[in-house]
Amino acid sequence: MDLAVKFVSRLTLLLLLGGFLAATLARTSPGYGVNEEELDTRLGADSIQALRAEHAKTPGIAAFYCNYIARLVRGDLGTSIALDEPIRNLIVERFPETFKSVALALILGWVAGLGLAAASVMARSVWMDTGANLLAATVLCIPVAVLALFCAMTETPARLVIAIAVFPKVFKYARSILARSFGLPHVLMARAKGLGSWRIFLWHILPVAAPQLLALLAISLSIAMAAAIPVESLCDIPGIGQLAWKAALSRDLELLVFLTTIVTFFTLLSNSSAELLGGLRRGGNA
Amino acid sequence: MDLRRYRFYFVFLLFLATLVCRPLHGQTQLRFCIGAQPKTFDPLLVADEPSEAVRYLTGGVLIRLDRSSQKLVPELAVSWTINRAGNAITFALRENVRFSDGTPFDARDVAYTVGRLMDPKLHSPTGDAFRSSEAAVATKIIGKYRITIAFPAPVVGLDRRFDQVAILSAQSSHKEMAVLGPYYMAENKAGTYVLLKRNPNYWKHDAAGRQLPYIDSIRLDIQQNRDIELLRLVRGDIDFINSLTGDQFDKLKSIAPQMAFDAGVSLDSELMWFNQVPSAPLPDFKKAWFASTRFRRAISSAIHRDDIVRVVFHGHAQPAVSMISPANKFWFNSNLQPHTYDAKAALDWLMQDGFRLDNGVLRDSGGNKVEFSLITNSGNKERELMAAMIQQDLSAIGIRLSVVTLDFPSLIERITRSFDYEACLLGFVNDELDPNAQLTVWLSSADNHQWNPNQKSPATAWEAEIDRLMRSQASTLDIQKRKQAVDRVQQIVWEQEPFIYLVNKHAMSAVSPNLHNVHPAVLRPQVYWNVDELSLSSQVAKDRQ
Amino acid sequence: MKRLRLAAVLFLVLISGLAFSANFVAPASYARQFRDIPDAPASRQHPLGTDDLGRDRFSRVLYGTRISLLLAPAAALLSTILAALVGGIAGLAGGWIGTAVMSATDLFLSLPWLFLLLTVRAFLPLNTSPLLSVAITFALLGCLGWAGAARIVCADARTLCDSEFILSARASGSHGVHLLRRHILPNLSPILFAQFWISIPVFILAEANLAILGLGVAEPLPSWGNLIRELEGYTVTSAPPWLFVPLILLILTVSCFQLALRKDELWT
Repeated sequence: MDLAVKFVSRLTLLLLLGGFLAATLARTSPGYGVNEEELDTRLGADSIQALRAEHAKTPGIAAFYCNYIARLVRGDLGTSIALDEPIRNLIVERFPETFKSVALALILGWVAGLGLAAASVMARSVWMDTGANLLAATVLCIPVAVLALFCAMTETPARLVIAIAVFPKVFKYARSILARSFGLPHVLMARAKGLGSWRIFLWHILPVAAPQLLALLAISLSIAMAAAIPVESLCDIPGIGQLAWKAALSRDLELLVFLTTIVTFFTLLSNSSAELLGGLRRGGNA
Repeated sequence: MDLRRYRFYFVFLLFLATLVCRPLHGQTQLRFCIGAQPKTFDPLLVADEPSEAVRYLTGGVLIRLDRSSQKLVPELAVSWTINRAGNAITFALRENVRFSDGTPFDARDVAYTVGRLMDPKLHSPTGDAFRSSEAAVATKIIGKYRITIAFPAPVVGLDRRFDQVAILSAQSSHKEMAVLGPYYMAENKAGTYVLLKRNPNYWKHDAAGRQLPYIDSIRLDIQQNRDIELLRLVRGDIDFINSLTGDQFDKLKSIAPQMAFDAGVSLDSELMWFNQVPSAPLPDFKKAWFASTRFRRAISSAIHRDDIVRVVFHGHAQPAVSMISPANKFWFNSNLQPHTYDAKAALDWLMQDGFRLDNGVLRDSGGNKVEFSLITNSGNKERELMAAMIQQDLSAIGIRLSVVTLDFPSLIERITRSFDYEACLLGFVNDELDPNAQLTVWLSSADNHQWNPNQKSPATAWEAEIDRLMRSQASTLDIQKRKQAVDRVQQIVWEQEPFIYLVNKHAMSAVSPNLHNVHPAVLRPQVYWNVDELSLSSQVAKDRQ
Repeated sequence: MKRLRLAAVLFLVLISGLAFSANFVAPASYARQFRDIPDAPASRQHPLGTDDLGRDRFSRVLYGTRISLLLAPAAALLSTILAALVGGIAGLAGGWIGTAVMSATDLFLSLPWLFLLLTVRAFLPLNTSPLLSVAITFALLGCLGWAGAARIVCADARTLCDSEFILSARASGSHGVHLLRRHILPNLSPILFAQFWISIPVFILAEANLAILGLGVAEPLPSWGNLIRELEGYTVTSAPPWLFVPLILLILTVSCFQLALRKDELWT
């Protein structure tokens, strides 16, 4: 109970801090409060002044944030100035798209990444290892825009690009973790005793590497969410990533703060869970 | 077991299935892409291109500018007259017309629309274009289908401006959703698409008496990626692209030449200018450079416009002359020619101002190296290439140019608020033939007088003259007097180069061969300006929903 | 394996040599525009053809190699060092210090750093030289790219802290910085190397994309990132093979870093 209270308190504090920092970054960045409609030559001086005055009404960061939290507590997520829609509606519409993309990316990225890393480690073949590294390097080096265009050309779901972005990072970290575990004394003993490769992998390598792999799993969620932003923007997938990009470009403060809060929440949740499970795992090993 | 009975039932079930799967009648759907989610569906507040697309397709207007002939044609107004003073227009409205929701259309709707449009609190861009003075606009309903709209001062090109005014219903509970145009908005999936369906009450019929439009629905897919848009066109997913870049045009021409159309030079221009704001955070010697006409003329002469046309736009542009594009045949001053590339002349201009070349580096009379930065918006490949070419051209006369691409809000902040920039490269998107639409650019007191906005009094004699000329053309209906004034403004702009006009782009579009009766025009919307007369060939007359 | 490592080292030496002798090897200046022959195919005068502005692509690849080969690994090293320090300290310290550091790391991962980059651009003079601008860009990427790896490093460090040899080291008086430096960090090297290896191409591509904010490599300076961006377009479907050279170089270089620098437990 005590732990749960501590966890919730930490989470709440970090969410509040994350939102405030995001608001500060956005509010103090250049281009905040300007509207490209000001360049419309049809607009008279009064209308341009009215556009500017509307933004000038925005309170300071602290006042904005306190007001924002107060509204959030009441369930009012605010309205997006970029899309002129309630933020609640936008999130409800777009969250499933990103959820699908990220879930698919994690599943495929991990199956491919961990699978290839395991195969590379267990096969102990120079060519296999070099080939796997070359594949990962190739995928890592191709720009997201090129992958997106390739998906469009082959009528493949563009969500796969996020999986492709996750795969090489999972592969590389997992391979390093597994390779180091492979060299541990108890694994050498197991090999000397003639245990099968997959038995060694499942019973002797994987459990030892579990805390690090769990941390990697948590991080890959952040990687997938970060990859979702350019992929959704380039491929016009109406998800949270595309929304985040639009919000950033139009300095949509309320939307940015809320999106940062969501991202912070999932990041904290996944990393804390990984830490907890890793801790249990280490406790089990001890 | 008698299988024949079961065979009969099986065939019968198959037959039922085909009935269910086949559409009840051939539904045609036109598909094209818009670059972003429309910001508004209120036709009076339209300021961005996607919103304008929806307005054009759904809004019924009193007068339409035919994009092909560039002449005004009656729409919801069967006729109109403008009084001698040029400040009042009387419309005779089309009778027995209904909005998409069935409510009848009459003069009250026009009065309501104008009342909303000219509400100063609304700050409608369309309304501001009509505003000639602070006083209110009056509407007088003369009969059920007759109305006079009186403005406090003369408005030049009064009738043309009604092409942008979509009439709203005064009575309908659906407000801006009840429309008089060929389509109404049926579905808006934010971030994905907007679906428009044919207006069942649309008043127009073809020569054979068939109700228009021919196409049953239009789907506007939201697609920011221009490359994927082109791919989709080639694959047949969409039916046209309204605007192509030069290299997209050439690419399409090589694979599907029948799809690519070049309607000729457009009204748009690419230009650069120097920051002449006195309070700008720039060193005094740079302010002196930018304020010098000879300096600006030198820079202009040093830029190779023909190369820009050939290399950046693949020949689908032409060197620009001044503020009016040659596509605007009546208003363009045909006595003016584009500034030609002449590095020697550029150096001569600079020498006259005390500059000198010192080991390949240009220095001013104070010994300062001539170097400055040019900002432009990121994401526009053509502008980035132009900037790189200008950089190279200026290096040939000893000037070091730094090219900085910025995201649009940051760029706007610099050119409208902080004035923390030295030179800027941008484009001018022009939908209007009448030069009065550029009034807020040329008046020295205006916000869009980009090189030095909001002047309390004109900083230079030539700006004072431009002020006088633009005001005079805005206050007279005599077209020849207006033409003389605008010609003189073009001459001054050509001489002084506050804007260094670079190129006028061509209006290029792509159209699927399945789309018929398309006549791509130079004015926007280039392809679907006659949307109610477009039709799809029978092979694609399928249910695309 | 040895032969592969040797080949990798030779490749890296060769490519570094070519890059640094670009002044002598390149057929033309990277900025010179041969405007009569934009998008020209490969020829004797232009071995990799010319780009959209008629600039010799081979020269631009050579000069771009300097920027990318020097700055991207430097930025990757910076992010690796930061990941090592932050993750190592958090893992070693444990308790509330470790929790606080990792919470800060999670927060760091979640914030929209785009605005920091915009602010940096706003403070930089517009006349900043392209070289300085790209150096600042890579430095920023290095400073911002450590958080993910720090998490894994921390998890790894915590596992190590419970291992016998660390317990022995502590028992023999090794603490704090000494323990971190002599015993923990060397055993974290697989993860740190993975971070380094991943960061190089990620930073090279990110630098090119940061042009949207006014950072990154400014005209006319070339880099692998902005050369690879030529592939981002519909024309890639019919792109000539020489357009892929920067991409192939990047893949090979990254792979060679992997082979050349890493002594793997798998092969001992």
